[in-house]
Amino acid sequence: MSMNQSSSAIEVTDLTVAYQEKPVLWDIDMNVPPGVLMAIVGPNGAGKTTLIKAILGLVRSASGQMLIYGKPYRQQRRIVSYVPQRGSVDWDFPTTVKDVVMMGRYGALGWLRRPGQQEKKLASEAMEKVGILNLADRQISQLSGGQQQRVFLARALTQDAQVYLMDEPFQGVDATTERAIVLLLQQFREEGKTVVVVHHDLQTVSDYFDWVTLLNVRRIASGPVNTIFNESNLRQTYGGRIGFLKTEQEMSNPQVLPEPTL
Amino acid sequence: MSPQIEILLVAIIVSIACALPGVFLILRRMALMSDAISHSVLLGIVVGFFIIGQVDSPILLIFAAGTGVATVSLVELLHRTQLVKEDAAIGIVFPALFSIGVILVTRYANNVHLDQDVVLLGEIALAPFDRVTILGLSLPRGLVVMTLILVTNLSCIVIFYKELKISTFDAGLATALGFSPVFIHYGLMSLVSITAVGAFHAVGAVLVVALMIVPPATAYLLTNRLSIMLAISSLVGTISAIMGYFVAAKMDASVAGSMASMTGICFLLTFLIAPKRGILAIIYRRFRQKWEFSQTLLLIHLVNHEGKENEAEECNVNRINQHLSWNQTFTQNVILYAEKKGSIQIEEQILRLTNRGREIADQAFAR
Repeated sequence: MSMNQSSSAIEVTDLTVAYQEKPVLWDIDMNVPPGVLMAIVGPNGAGKTTLIKAILGLVRSASGQMLIYGKPYRQQRRIVSYVPQRGSVDWDFPTTVKDVVMMGRYGALGWLRRPGQQEKKLASEAMEKVGILNLADRQISQLSGGQQQRVFLARALTQDAQVYLMDEPFQGVDATTERAIVLLLQQFREEGKTVVVVHHDLQTVSDYFDWVTLLNVRRIASGPVNTIFNESNLRQTYGGRIGFLKTEQEMSNPQVLPEPTL
Repeated sequence: MSPQIEILLVAIIVSIACALPGVFLILRRMALMSDAISHSVLLGIVVGFFIIGQVDSPILLIFAAGTGVATVSLVELLHRTQLVKEDAAIGIVFPALFSIGVILVTRYANNVHLDQDVVLLGEIALAPFDRVTILGLSLPRGLVVMTLILVTNLSCIVIFYKELKISTFDAGLATALGFSPVFIHYGLMSLVSITAVGAFHAVGAVLVVALMIVPPATAYLLTNRLSIMLAISSLVGTISAIMGYFVAAKMDASVAGSMASMTGICFLLTFLIAPKRGILAIIYRRFRQKWEFSQTLLLIHLVNHEGKENEAEECNVNRINQHLSWNQTFTQNVILYAEKKGSIQIEEQILRLTNRGREIADQAFAR
């Protein structure tokens, strides 16, 4: 496929983003090879969400280049799917689960064309896959956190993308949903898709992901989990706020300690 | 058409034309922006009048729409400096533009149709006197203008329904998918501005806001679907217009004032008695929850002592209130409630669980 001419699914070079002259991301370089399941990890305010938004052109960059399979995002919209943070939308909006899921098809429809039978079918398949088909006609304000996240995933599924960018899909979901999401992400990887996930829980990084980027305004490290997800990199990322369980899996079970009280 | 029917028609069409874009203002949490726009368009009208020299030229609409969009842009610009919060920015921008408009009207344009009372309060009763002839038919100008605006609003919403929906619900995704929420935003603001100008003559700058915001706010309490919300908003607008007209005729008062009050009454009634989100429904639900919870608590107490040697003591009809530290009357009522629901039976002064009661307790545990 022509898409694979470039060796990277996502290639970020020299990306700097600043809000009001205050840098949020400093000169980021990041290469994500195709077919990996990657976590972006870092403390609050590290710029994780901003990095994803910059790749999608949702925030203005002061410098740098972001390419998806060798081309700017603008030309690759159809193969990229974005799952924003659950809290970024108004769940009291007067609409149904089915309707939100169908929004995933809006990009392929373009301006003015309306969703029809084909879109309904794709939406039903996606809802079935994430186990919310029974909620199809439910008003979205009646959903639990886990169900809301599943709605977002179903919406992403309908896009049938090559690259998935997800902002904290595990935030505030129940254990069953977390498990279901992980299985889905791993299935994406097996299908050769590239998945980038903003992630908070250091405990599960080694279990869920095979690639990781450690971020704290600067890029600390980026690569396979088993080579770069180690104490020294984490210490650099989180500063002094990191502790380790001294067990046989010490490297795979780092814990973030609470902020010291003043 | 008799003048009465003409006035009524203008009132209905103005109401629906206002209610439609109002739905999106409510959902985008921009209700206050309609207030700002409806006031600052005055400046557009006055400036347009100076340039064109006519007060009823359709080109005035373009000037007014421009002022509306300028208002929104100025508010956003001011807000983006992060020195002023959005509500304060609205409060700074529109009075500034409006006051310039007021000065210009009173100084230069008085007695030429742009009377300040009409500007503020509108005079729909005058609608039949200002007529145009279209295809040999003599019609009130207000009716023609507002019908055109209604048709414009309706077609824009129908044509861009999907785009309006996604950029209102999830602007980030809309942008990522290649839509332009900015275009939709300013498009919507232009519609609001044009509608405000059109409605100006009929109901004035102050009451336009009521027609734009109150019917959609009412509809919001009644439905979970965007399309139905648009329909109910239009219906509430229509009902308010009709009732407002007749109340005004009866009381010999301002039609616009009555219409706006009727939207308020529609809202108040809905707020009280809406089936799911109304205040009464919420109070009833809380009330029921309290009894349901007390029943469950009682059942769980019974489960815990069922078959134990102290069952006769712990589950005794007359003494259970001491064990639960409940007052006597309340306990009696909870027992009655549970009996009525078939979750307990009383055998020889001892409360016993029925199968239904056990199910309820199990469900409570399972949660």
